[in-house]
Amino acid sequence: MDFPEELKYTEEHEWILVEDDIATVGITDFAQDQLGDVVFVELPEVGDNVEAGETFGVVESVKAVSDVYAPVSGEVIEINEDLLDEPETINNSPYDAGWMVKIKLSAPELLEGLMDVSSYQEFVEKD
Amino acid sequence: MMSTEGRGLVLEENLLFEQSQPGRVGYSLAAPDVPMTVPDAALTRTEIQGFPELSEVDVVRHYTRLSTWNYGVDSGFYPLGSCTMKYNPKVNEAAARLPGFTDIHPQTPEALNQGALELMYNLQRDLGEISGFPAMTLQPAAGAQGEFTGMLMIHAWHEANGQKRRKVIIPDTAHGTNPASSALAGYEVVTVASNGILTKEAVAAVMDDDVAALMVTNPNTLGLFEADIRGICDLVHERGGLVYSDGANLNALMGISRPGDIGIDVMHFNLHKTFSTPHGGGGPGSGPVGVVEKLKPFLPLPVVTKDADGYKLDYDRPQSIGRLKSFYGHFGVLVRAYSYILSMGGEGLKRATELAVLNANYIRARLEPVYTLPNKQRSLHEVVFSEDGLQNECHTLDVAKRLIDYGYHPPTIYFPLVVHGALMIEPTETESKQTIDEFCDALLAIAEEAKDNPELLKQAPVRAKVKRLHEAMAARKPKLRWESE
Amino acid sequence: MRYLPHTDVDVQQMLEQIGVSSIEELFSGVPENCRLKKPLAISDAKSESELLLFLKGLAEKNSKTSDWDSFLGGGAYNHFIPTVIDQLVSRSEFYTAYTPYQPEISQGTLQAIFEYQTMICQLTGMDVANASMYDGASACAEAALLAIRAGKKRHKVLLSQGLPPQYRETVATYCRYLDVDLIDVPLQDGVTSQQELSALLDEQAAAVIVGYPNYFGQIEDLAAIAELTHTAGARLVTAVSEPLSLALFKAPGALGADVVVGEGQSFGIPLSYGGPGIGFFAVRKKDMRVLPGRLVGETVDQDGKRGFVLTLATREQHIRREKATSNICSNQGMCVLMVSIYLALYGKQGLRKLAELNYAKATYAKNQISQLKGFAIPFAGTSFNEFVVTCPEPVARLKKRLEQQGILAGISVGRDYSDLKNGLLICVTEQNSREQIDRLVLALAGGEA
Repeated sequence: MDFPEELKYTEEHEWILVEDDIATVGITDFAQDQLGDVVFVELPEVGDNVEAGETFGVVESVKAVSDVYAPVSGEVIEINEDLLDEPETINNSPYDAGWMVKIKLSAPELLEGLMDVSSYQEFVEKD
Repeated sequence: MMSTEGRGLVLEENLLFEQSQPGRVGYSLAAPDVPMTVPDAALTRTEIQGFPELSEVDVVRHYTRLSTWNYGVDSGFYPLGSCTMKYNPKVNEAAARLPGFTDIHPQTPEALNQGALELMYNLQRDLGEISGFPAMTLQPAAGAQGEFTGMLMIHAWHEANGQKRRKVIIPDTAHGTNPASSALAGYEVVTVASNGILTKEAVAAVMDDDVAALMVTNPNTLGLFEADIRGICDLVHERGGLVYSDGANLNALMGISRPGDIGIDVMHFNLHKTFSTPHGGGGPGSGPVGVVEKLKPFLPLPVVTKDADGYKLDYDRPQSIGRLKSFYGHFGVLVRAYSYILSMGGEGLKRATELAVLNANYIRARLEPVYTLPNKQRSLHEVVFSEDGLQNECHTLDVAKRLIDYGYHPPTIYFPLVVHGALMIEPTETESKQTIDEFCDALLAIAEEAKDNPELLKQAPVRAKVKRLHEAMAARKPKLRWESE
Repeated sequence: MRYLPHTDVDVQQMLEQIGVSSIEELFSGVPENCRLKKPLAISDAKSESELLLFLKGLAEKNSKTSDWDSFLGGGAYNHFIPTVIDQLVSRSEFYTAYTPYQPEISQGTLQAIFEYQTMICQLTGMDVANASMYDGASACAEAALLAIRAGKKRHKVLLSQGLPPQYRETVATYCRYLDVDLIDVPLQDGVTSQQELSALLDEQAAAVIVGYPNYFGQIEDLAAIAELTHTAGARLVTAVSEPLSLALFKAPGALGADVVVGEGQSFGIPLSYGGPGIGFFAVRKKDMRVLPGRLVGETVDQDGKRGFVLTLATREQHIRREKATSNICSNQGMCVLMVSIYLALYGKQGLRKLAELNYAKATYAKNQISQLKGFAIPFAGTSFNEFVVTCPEPVARLKKRLEQQGILAGISVGRDYSDLKNGLLICVTEQNSREQIDRLVLALAGGEA
């Protein structure tokens, strides 16, 4: 299973890539594997404000449904509309083409509580 | 899509719409005996676009062919856990088709349909005797509507006592309808972990004055009798709550234990499980609800009663939760269930329970050496194995699909959620030792195949109408109706 | 017992394999304080011949529609049922099967449901129909809940008083402990008052629910109601208790309905004292994922061959639990089959002809009765196969009088509509001959049939 070095991770199995004050969010390789074939993705609207810890979307497979939690607070500035038509992209490319939303951080300094790759790997193995 | 080649007698059959030929008819109508008038053209439609045009022969052959792709209890062993797929006696079908039952209109004055009301009254009484509840409604259309009815009555009772409680406790082994029905009745769900059997301590830890009810299934979905149930009921009652029991597994208890005697306040029945009415490929079910005396005023409308003048539908019940559906429950299903009770008699019902439990334990004994049994406690009418120990990354799904090639309907799989890769087997009492032996032989052979030739499992089924179907594709680009090209 | 195959030898061998000495031991998990200490007080088993004789005795105490001149409707309709239907649904591969969770051995049920969903869409003019609900009234309640769910923060549901009373009561039961306000919309001349409706509509309204035809058999002006409803941002739910009307009148989908629900009993299902029937439920594509109930979809198998599966299951209770779109976990499988076979037999031409015949017969009866002294037709609008008449004598007395002549004259509407104290709802279908109608007219007028 693949967990890129440059990303941060959450206990809900989201990944975050922070560049300046923009965070890109998706679900991890582990999460997509657990869900199985993703069949539907629900995303927020551009302009929505999300709070860290609140759900902002849903990922569904044939047999499971999973809420996706915002790891950070801020305004949604872009969503990956390709996922609406091709939800399987999350399975095929969780860290790249399968990104879900971009959030403009309201408090960029508040990024605590996120795991680096080694702690996440440990977390997944323990699970 | 054109019909492709058939495979022997596994016939191919196009959709109704694909077979339609303009001008072909399958009906007959008497010549009009009144002047034919038509409504204002501004209100009428031209035609029903795409609707089929077929002869009677077309239609008969279509559905006959479709039926051959199905597997029913009459086709063979159907050990679907928690679904109680017992034999559906044919005399019940004949009974339900008596013209005096089928051809009666629900708005006919009650005095003119005393037979139907008497049947419902008697069935209420018999279900009350089997379950130990003094009051009963036959209204709910299915088990899930029964749960909803029960939870509404609990809500109404608390409300009448001036209480506003917001929560319902449900064990993690519960069927998904329990939380869904509770939510619909306006409750928040608190999940409690049960390690096989629910303990009084586990309930005590979450029980407080905001809890309206505890909702249990007894025996639970692992086939285990909730041994602490009396103490648990006492505890919930002491804190002002009520106890709801899901009666899905009543087939393990008839003549042995009555929920109404041991502290349960409300329970629904599944007549299509315990009382042999056919599942019909998904329904109609029927979900009567029995309650203790104090909940009687809240029963849904109407209630069948009897007085000196005969049987009546009573609507004058000011505390009732109201109406659940258009008329009086699934009457046709009630007739079948009553016919079953009459055929079995009191002793026969108890014997059914005993043999159902014998069959399940026999399967357990025969398979336990090979399949992993996570819970070793004495189980009743069903047994749940896990997929642990299957070789070569074969999963429960593969075992289930391979059983199809052996000519069986698979057991319930991946439920309850607390068992890893659950394989939940409920044989019921109507299966013989020979049938069960052959089934166990098949499952043991499959475990061997998993070791020696796992592809046989992973490619299964190969002997059904279709091979494994692409479920993700169906969900990604839903095609939920036929459309002309 | 003929359903229990165990011989004494079987039981012995099985007990030995299990390693216990008696069946009683298998119940050791049931504590003593939970045991029933007496036999069940249920009568002894009856033989098959005794049983049939006994049940026949009960059945004969009922009044069969075929023995009467019956003009009862009001949500359950007396239509002819072609012989083919019972012959086919009696195939036990259909009726002894469970829900089609194992698609490879359930293609018969699944294809039949897919065809049913299609025909419901065609009849209602909608995009997506589910695999069915319990009945019309509960489907109507589920439609109200759908509108609340999809309407985000809106919490009002406006119910036309023309909805059948049993539908309104069922909606109220379902919404009893939910954050939903139910508001009645009064009638004007037997149909939903547009003036009252527009006064009641606001940004809190999630849905407007109207009958089509309504309880009085009247054809509502759906297009106008849809426009008012949509202007306020709410959904229009149309409830159809007599779906045969849809073969003749414009489809609700073509008039702007967002959700169409109804009762399908008219299509080949016996009256059976009011159940089981079948609730149909159809929506626009936009509401596909908030739809309650089972859905069948088309897909392919590993060889690329067409097949059908239950789909979009993540809406349902076994996956979403308390967040499910509904607690329902069955459909009316047997009744789906009855309806489908009925619709396939009557087909495009037959269903239309049948609807026209119902309309013509009801119109004939309505005209005849309107000419009787003291009787009046209170509503001017178009009706289908049911209509209201107001009577010169108390309806209870009149009904009793006609009962003595073998006529079930109709349903008293005064109990549910106080301004129609002497109102009688009369239903005329293809099952009522002209002679029957003429007898009814004569009897109403006070004569002997």
